[in-house]
Formats: sequence, structure tokens, C-alpha cells
Amino acid sequence: MTDIALDHGAAHDDHAHHDADHKPGFFVRWFMSTNHKDIGTLYLIFAIIAGIIGGGISGMMRLELAHPGLQYLGAWYEFLHGPGKFDDATEFWNVLITAHGLIMVFFMVMPAMIGGFGNWFVPIMIGAPDMAFPRMNNISFWLLIPSFSLLLASPFFGGAGTGWTVYAPLSTSGSHGPAVDMAILSLHLAGASSILGAINFITTIFNMRAPGMTLHKMPLFVWSILVTAFLLLLALPVLAAAITMLLTDRNFHTAFYDASGGGDPILYQHLFWFFGHPEVYIMILPGFGMVSQIVATFSRKPVFGYLGMAYAMVAIGVVGFIVWAHHMFTTGMSVQVKMYFTAATMVIAVPTGVKIFSWIATMWGGSMSFKTPMVWALGFIFMFTVGGVTGVVLANGGVDDFMQDTYYVVAHFHYVLSLGAVFSLFAGFYYWFPKMTGRMYNELLGQLHFWIFFIGVNVLFFPMHFLGAQGMPRRMPDYPDAQAYWNLIASWGYAIMGVGMVFFFVNIFWSMFKGEKAGDNPWGEGATTLEWTLSSPPPYHQFDTLPVIEDSHHH
Amino acid sequence: MRILGLTTIALAAGLAFATPGHAQAPTQPAPTAAAPAADATLAAPGAEAAKLAKPADPTLNPDGSHKTGPKPGIGQPVDREIGLQPQVSPNGREALKFHNWVLFPLITVISLFVLALLLWVMVRYRRAANPVPSRTSHNTAIEVIWTLVPVLILVAIAVPSIRLLAHQFTPAPDNAITLKAIGNQWYWSYEYPDHGVSFDANLLKEKGQQEPGQRYRTDVDGPRLLATDNRVVVPVGVPIRLITTATDVIHSWALPAAWIKLDAVPGRLNETSFIIDTPGVYYGQCSELCGARHGYMPITVEAVSPEVFAAWVASKGGHMPEANKPSAAAPAQPGSDKADDTATPANGAGPVENVTATPATTNQAATANPGAGNH
Repeated sequence: MTDIALDHGAAHDDHAHHDADHKPGFFVRWFMSTNHKDIGTLYLIFAIIAGIIGGGISGMMRLELAHPGLQYLGAWYEFLHGPGKFDDATEFWNVLITAHGLIMVFFMVMPAMIGGFGNWFVPIMIGAPDMAFPRMNNISFWLLIPSFSLLLASPFFGGAGTGWTVYAPLSTSGSHGPAVDMAILSLHLAGASSILGAINFITTIFNMRAPGMTLHKMPLFVWSILVTAFLLLLALPVLAAAITMLLTDRNFHTAFYDASGGGDPILYQHLFWFFGHPEVYIMILPGFGMVSQIVATFSRKPVFGYLGMAYAMVAIGVVGFIVWAHHMFTTGMSVQVKMYFTAATMVIAVPTGVKIFSWIATMWGGSMSFKTPMVWALGFIFMFTVGGVTGVVLANGGVDDFMQDTYYVVAHFHYVLSLGAVFSLFAGFYYWFPKMTGRMYNELLGQLHFWIFFIGVNVLFFPMHFLGAQGMPRRMPDYPDAQAYWNLIASWGYAIMGVGMVFFFVNIFWSMFKGEKAGDNPWGEGATTLEWTLSSPPPYHQFDTLPVIEDSHHH
Repeated sequence: MRILGLTTIALAAGLAFATPGHAQAPTQPAPTAAAPAADATLAAPGAEAAKLAKPADPTLNPDGSHKTGPKPGIGQPVDREIGLQPQVSPNGREALKFHNWVLFPLITVISLFVLALLLWVMVRYRRAANPVPSRTSHNTAIEVIWTLVPVLILVAIAVPSIRLLAHQFTPAPDNAITLKAIGNQWYWSYEYPDHGVSFDANLLKEKGQQEPGQRYRTDVDGPRLLATDNRVVVPVGVPIRLITTATDVIHSWALPAAWIKLDAVPGRLNETSFIIDTPGVYYGQCSELCGARHGYMPITVEAVSPEVFAAWVASKGGHMPEANKPSAAAPAQPGSDKADDTATPANGAGPVENVTATPATTNQAATANPGAGNH
């Protein structure tokens, strides 16, 4: 607290000990925040806005893909830049897919899971008053604003049409103008933000646990954030290095990825996926953690196989670092390398299976209620299984001579992300909404949101398996007429999903102001983690007196 | 390779109409070259005439249109279909079988098993049916089981999977036909270094959208977005050694019906091999994002009998390699193959102008970068 006393606006916080709920003025509270809950809220608002933009872009994509031929791209390009040629329209398609991918990964899922729910609940769940480095926490969030602004501005400077993977040489000699530089700098800033956040989480979790809160008593959500933070810390510097070399290749005539100068385009892919594969676990592990809390809460049973669950996440994190080249099976790797990456990738199915079965075992013998968070968690478990088994198919390097870069892959990673990570986000959002706002969400609207969204995304993404099986490559603005049927159905699926989202937005706005007041613990005896011992919403500074975790207090 | 001057092409009966005047068509003067050393056993009926004028392309009609169209349901996507494309190569059939009889049933069973367990607990352990939850949170036996059983399943998958990889890797034999696919923004160039044949393949545009003087796509050419003006003609039953590279950005040469996908990377030579054993026309698309017209650089392969192939080679001004001569990947021949190199259409100052130099024959991942040293 002494540090805060130096700050003009928050000077009186020094006396906050006897008024835990005293809040600073609006500007200081939201723009110079050092409070983990406020920063978490900022992250969640940011993620929702980014999700609307990224989801809107996918709507444009599904609209264009609803029928064979180009219908809208030309008009959209013209709206943005004035009349253009055919190539301008199709390049604009590449800008759309790139923006969709980058926004959803870096500005929706990651900020929501780690910055949002991680910030809000990791300190509370371990009995800490705040994060270890509150000001660094604030920097982490505010770095995202220029980062996102750069990305959103890039389409007005030509647009980055490189795909979210930014492969060289398409992103170096193949793209002119400042747009790709802006996208790369955007990734740099987002990466720096995440590295700072990761350092903060690791320090907080290692040093600020309440008395008695040993590592093996931490809630699984805290475990998941801990593992995620290590993945971020180890993976993001590699991305930073890779894209820095892209920048120098683009602007300073280096040739890291240029064969004519002794470099290698495939080097970029190795570096990118050394980051990129852990990145997909970064996006899903916090979801695992949230689902574990929710399943235990609504089954009124402790998590089955707690240690197995925690170390399965550690195993997924570790193995996640040694499977990256399965994204590159068609780049001309030697057969031994393909065999290794095939086998190593399959290994990941084992700890993932442990988690799936442990969730089911948690429910087995439980006393289950099916509130909105629970139906999202159940949907997550099944949809993630479906996405996981197609991952086992894709793990086979020999199969990828067909599957690589087809819609089968698109279906796979949307099942684990759009139906996995996003389902867990909604589960967590409904689960903690009463805690964060002090008001209950509307149960009927929540259920409608789930069921419509569930049907929508399945209609949207399941036919993509068929399109991929028939050989449709990803990142195509147009397709042969024989792929029209499933594409149209997928586009209708998007529309259904969009209707589901209306219920979500109506629900949060209505509930925030008109919702029933939530008590400290609206979920009853199943909710055993520390956040449910606090008021809803929690005081501005919680745990002035540190809680002591008894031996009997089981995660 | 002998790049044909436009005049020469015009002389060839029936070819004039078929040859598109693309901007990217190489315009070097024809080398003075050389009667093809037509092997008697392989030469097509037209080989004799080749000494005078090039014979007609056996795959084309006199008006330049393709004789053979695709067979319905094979080599191209089929509307409303949910399975994988039928396979026309031995490795493709092995892979298809692996998917259809091992992977697909397995993932279906696992998904349904998880779904059944979920539905069971939702019914049996709902609050109304089971108001008092048990406190069980450990059971070592079951945890060991659900760790080990997946391991066994994965081992069972890994065995055929590794075998498939080994088969796909098996290097092409000496008598294989070398086909070099060069990705450009946004069309493919092809070379048959042993046969002295090379050409570009461009998307055939729809009627009314084509440039003046170009022909438009017909149904015999193939589906919209998949048909090309020039097809890659390969003989059935003969191993094809596919070598890919690119002149600008990364492309990927894909032929789903033969279970082939290989990235074309500037500065690298990638190699794989396949056999097509069913005559027909098969389509693929560039499968690595390569810029604005990534969706508009298709791949069309026509598999024909060896006799027709030989006639096609002759009609392209090429020649069949001498019997028993180690093919393609062998060290570059000073004479004819050198001409190939200069004819490689390099778009601007591409990094890999002379990338046709010797590829490794024993390693699928031929990472030699002959282009680098010269700059």
C-alpha cells in the first residue's frame, strides 16, 4: 500500500484499511487502475468488444461463402477504399480471414480467459488481496489498446492478408505497404502484454497464497492459469523473435526467411508454431480450469482425481511444446521427423482423455443441477471431445497429405476453440456473473442462449468436416459449385448462432441493472472456492485479514 | 527445355487455338534443338511425324478443347457428399482405408461413448434422482485404466499410421517420371525435365469473363475454379516423382484424389512420389495462402495410358528419355536440361532462378538451396 500513497489520485487509498469498499474516482479507477477486479472487468469488456468485431467479420465471411461466386467482397472493398479490381476484392478476403483469426485469438479468447477471469478470480481463489504487481497488471491491459488499434487500423492502410500465421515470404516480399508492419507491431504489443501478465500470475500464485493454501489445495482454475502463464512466458518470446525477424526482413533487408539470402521460409514456420502450438493450449487450459470448478459446483461433489487433473494440465503444457511441427506436415519434412511428430502429438490425447473422464467421474454419483453455467460446461465437454478426436485424425502425418489446410482442419480447430474455449468462456461468464455484478443473470435467457448457440455452431462447423473431406482448402473466397450445399448450411448455422448471441447481450444488459440481487453464494453447497465466501460483488479490497485454509477445506 | 516460339506453336496443327496468350507465357525464342530421340517402343503413332512437325496433342480436339472430361464423382468435390474423395493411387487407397476403417470408426465410437456417459450421468445423477451426492473423489484403479486404455488405442493407431508414412516416403524408382511443379502468383508452371516439356497452367475463366482471344471453360474442361487451360498429363501405372518449388511465395501443390499435398517453397525443392493407376482427370487447388488469387490457381491432372503420354510428350516438342537412363533427378544434363533451367519462368527477381539443379533423390525433404549461392 505504501506505493499507492505516492500516487496523487489514490493517495487516500492509504487509509483504505478501515474502508475496504472505498473506490477512487472514475478516471483514476478505470484508467489508472491497480485493482485486479477492475482490471479484470476492463479485460472482459475489451474481450466482448473484440468478440463482437471478430464475430462480425466471421459473419461477413459466412455471407460471402453462402453461395458460390463473389457476391459482396467487391462492394465491401469499395466501401472501404473506393472502386477496386478483382484482385483487390479477393485480397480483401485475405484481410478478413487474417483479422478474424488474430482478433479471436489475441483480443478475444486470451484477454477474456487470462486477463478477465484470471485477474478476477486467481487472487481471490488463493486468498490474496490483489495481484503481485498491480501496476504491471494495468500496463498489461493498456498495452492491448494500442495493439488492437494498430490491428484495426491496418485495413485502412491496405490490410494484412497474410493469414493469422503471417507466413514468410507472403508477409515479407509478398506484402507491401505498412499494413503488415502494423499487424506485426500489434502482435509485439499483445505479446508483451501477455508476458507481463504471465509474470504477474506466476509471482502471485507462488508467493501470495493464503496460509494453508498449498499448491495441492489450489482450485483447478488457479492451476490452469499457472500452467497457462508458464506457457505464455516460454512461448511468446519465441513469437516475438520470429516476428521481429519478419520486420527486419521487410524493412531492413535482412534475409532470415529469404532463401536467396541464405535464409529459410520454413524457419519462420518452425518458430511460429513453437509458439503457436502452446498458444492453442493457452487458449483452452483456463477453460479446462473453469469447467472443473463449474462441474464440481453443480454436481455438489469435489473434483474427481484432483491431482490427476492438475498434473494432466501440466503434462499437456509440457508435451504442447514438443509437437509444433504437426502444423507443418506438408512442408517437406523428412519421414523420421513426421513419424516423431505424429507419435508425440497422439500422446496429448492421453492427459486430455484423463480430463474428460475425470469430469464425467466428478458428475458420477453427484447431485446435478442444470443451471446455465452447467449446461455450457456439459456442452463444452462433449464438443471438446468431438474436436479432440478429429485432432487425433489430424495428428497422423500420413493423413495430412490430404487433410492439411482443408476445411477439416477448420472444423477441428473451431470445435476445440469456438465450441471449446468459447463454451468455457460462456460457462465461466454465467458462473461468475452473480459474483462480479452482484446480480443474477436471467436463467431462461441463459438457457435460450445456450441451446440456440449450441445448435447454431454445430450447424455452422460440423458440415465443414464434409467440405474438408471433399478437399475444400481453407482461406478460399470462392469454391467450386459442388461445395455449395454444405457451405450454405454452414452460413445458416452462423445465422442461428447470431440469434443466440442476441439473447446473451439482452441478458447481460437486463441482468446488470434489473437482475435479482445475488447472495454471497447463489450456487449452494457445491461452490466451495473462496470467492463464494465474499460478498457479491466482492469488496474493493478483499481479505484484509487473510483467510486460513483448514485441512478440511478441500479445493 | 524447349520453349516453343509462338510461330512454332502456330505450325502445330490444332495447337494454336489452345495456346493461351497469357502475359506470363515465356517468349524466349525456340532453341534450335533437336529431334527428340524417340524410343521405338514408347513412341506413339505420331512420333514419326514429330520429326517434321509436331504431332497433334492426343488429349486435345482439333479445336484445342480437351477431349476427356472428368468422370462424375471422382477427382473433384461432389455436392452433399460427406466422405473423403475416392482415391486413384495405391498410397491414397491405403490412407483412405486407414481413415475409413481405423480412424473414423474409432473417433465415432469414442465420441458416442463420451456422449452416452454424459447422458447417463445427467439422467441418473440429476438432483431429483440423486439428492445426496457421494463424496468419492479418488479411485486409483479407474484412473489407471482410463490412462492406459487410451495409450493402447493410440498405439493401435500409430502402427498403421507410421506404416503409411513409410509408404508415402518410399523414394521413386529410377524409371519414375519427374514432374516439377513450380508455384507462381497465381498459376502453376510445370516441367518434365527428362522429357523436355514445360508449360504453364492457368485457371480457365468462365464464358464472358475470359480475356479476348482466350478460350473459356467448358464442362469437359472441368468444374468452375478447378479447370486449367493446360493439364498435367501423366501416364497411369508409372511412378511420378513430384518435385515442388516456387518463385515468389509459398504455394502448395495438392491432388486430393491421389492423397498428395506438398508445399512449394521458394528456395527449396520438396519431393514426393505417387502412382495414379486409373485413367481420368483429377483436380486440386493451391493449398497454402499465397495472396490475392490464392483461390484461383487450380491444378488439373490427366492420367492417360503410357502410349498417349508419349504422344503427348511428342506433341509438346519433347522426347521420351532413353530406356534405362536414370531419370530426372540424376545430375543435370549439360545440353537439354540446361535449356530447362533458363526457361524456368521466374517472376521478376525471384530468389530461385536455377532451382532445377539436382534434387536429392533419397530424401523427401530435399532442402538443397542451390539458388542461394549465386547471389
